Amino acid sequence: MTAIRRFLPGWLSSYATLYILFLYLPVIFLPIFSINTAATPKFPLSGVTLHWYEDLPKTPALIDATWNSLLVGISAAILSTVLGILAARSITRYRYPGRRAINGLIMAPLVLPEVIVAISMLLVMLQLGLSLSLFTVVLGHVLVCIPYSMTVLTSGFEGFDRSLEEASADLGESAFGTFRRVTLPMVAPAIISSLLVCFTISLDEFIIAFFLTGTEATLPIYIWGQLRFAAKLPGVLALGTLLLLASFVLMTVAEILRRRAARRTQNEGGLYA
Amino acid sequence: MLERVQTERTQSERTMIEIRDVTRSYGSFKALDNASLAIREGEFFSLLGPSGCGKTTLLRMIAGFDNPTSGSILVGGQPMDGIPPNRRPTNMVFQSYAIFPHLNVEQNVAYGLKRLKLAAGEEKRRVEEALAQVSLTGLGKRRATELSGGQRQRVALARALVMRPKVLLLDEPLSALDKKLREQMQVELRRLQQAVGITFVLVTHDQYEALAMSDRIAVMFGGRIAQVASPKEIYQRPVNRQVADFLGGMNFVKAEIVEENGASLVLDTLGFGRVKTDKPKAFVRNGGKATLGIRPERLRVLWDNATAKFEVAGKVVERHYFGEITHLIVEIPGLEKPLSVTETNDFGADDIPVGTSIRLGYDPEALVAMAD
Repeated sequence: MTAIRRFLPGWLSSYATLYILFLYLPVIFLPIFSINTAATPKFPLSGVTLHWYEDLPKTPALIDATWNSLLVGISAAILSTVLGILAARSITRYRYPGRRAINGLIMAPLVLPEVIVAISMLLVMLQLGLSLSLFTVVLGHVLVCIPYSMTVLTSGFEGFDRSLEEASADLGESAFGTFRRVTLPMVAPAIISSLLVCFTISLDEFIIAFFLTGTEATLPIYIWGQLRFAAKLPGVLALGTLLLLASFVLMTVAEILRRRAARRTQNEGGLYA
Repeated sequence: MLERVQTERTQSERTMIEIRDVTRSYGSFKALDNASLAIREGEFFSLLGPSGCGKTTLLRMIAGFDNPTSGSILVGGQPMDGIPPNRRPTNMVFQSYAIFPHLNVEQNVAYGLKRLKLAAGEEKRRVEEALAQVSLTGLGKRRATELSGGQRQRVALARALVMRPKVLLLDEPLSALDKKLREQMQVELRRLQQAVGITFVLVTHDQYEALAMSDRIAVMFGGRIAQVASPKEIYQRPVNRQVADFLGGMNFVKAEIVEENGASLVLDTLGFGRVKTDKPKAFVRNGGKATLGIRPERLRVLWDNATAKFEVAGKVVERHYFGEITHLIVEIPGLEKPLSVTETNDFGADDIPVGTSIRLGYDPEALVAMAD
């Protein structure tokens, strides 16, 4: 805060503080009420307990939902990252007509209303005669994950100095060998980052999963189901806190890796003698 | 290896690279237009020209990163048509150096050796040897990101040399270095080439670099090779005004051809009078006109009563000081453009007042005839 004060006039720093509060206050409430002894989320807290957290592993439906979420998340992450690699490579490496348009179309699901995407996907699945299951949820999640995967991967691939691959070929390496020994190690951090981002998005995604799943619930759907019972609220808050924490950690790691990849691909030559 | 530096290696007369009628077109644009060239074994050869002259295109075609639209390239007598870069006996030092950032110095240098499946000791020995050649001994474990520009360049050199190629290709290798380091590397590169005896082909737009390092230079303009000769000949006997101009300062004087025979030309000029010069090899007469050229440093200021067999007289109109030299602009009656004169400062050329009448002496050998 002192650093902020030094650079900003008074009103600007209070504006910045309010701004941050607005963004993070709701998030702070979650963990606070999750350790409250009373079931109703009201100040002042009646006492501090980890009781709600201890109850979580004792709920079979929750365990099932966790496994479902992991399964969906991992599948969606791998699928969308593979597709993202192909698209990002093509868009950063080659120049062809329609390149920008294709990029725009791939990124579009980012701004489409999710409920509309969910309904249209449901229609498509039914038309295709697919019965709703975790598999259809994976397909839906791949659709929403690809734009994120693309963003992470293009930033990792962009500025990839082509002469690195040429140097490898020049030193006798085959095309596949070059991919294995130069391209892959250099973009690996971006790929891992994309996997983490996609997994996190799938883990937290509700609407599409809600529309496309059959009888199996993912974690957000489980939470939604629990909200009908007032007594279950503290458990939901505890679970929510854990999800929040997991998302935060995963996203941070992903961002660190993305930056490392972006740094790596830029071969700054010998400009500093 | 470096002890052998002193003895100038005599190059063989065998051709290492042959460029036969090579054209590279991009649509209607010809990056290289029917170029032919023979580079000898063990030679330090430079491709010199302004950007866009096709020198890099030619280098990349020798390496195999680009292919001729027509014509062919031979390396060591073998046609290179359709042979990918990884199966050519050439290695390249890239302009950006292209050091693999995820590997350390040693791993970078050993990169190409890994495929040769050498005995472990042999690979290590060759890496050490290559690092010693470029004075990087002891830096093997450094990460690529921890190196200075000059060091990165040495790694790029070692990585290519360790493959023992028939030809080492260098794409503007010194352009990213600052002036001092660049001059130091010029000397070192030349020394290294003499020591290893490999054919070096250097691409550069810096005429001093080409002059300082090369056995022979090809000067290129607009996709065509204008002249191939030794640095001295290129500098002293440029085939045309374009080459002369690119290689440094040159005074151009309009001339009329009075007489032309097998080896010599007689020209009439204002200012220099009637001049007999050697006829350039590629001289093609264009009507009755020609151009006479003389480099600024080949004109000497004649002090007091000093005389020279050949003199022109004029008046100093501008003076520019450059530390060790002074640049005088001297107006000569009859010449439409004043002459540039470069004079070292040991005799006080930097003190000649503007407006002084002076005489300039020259050696008729320094006069070059060029087609107009």
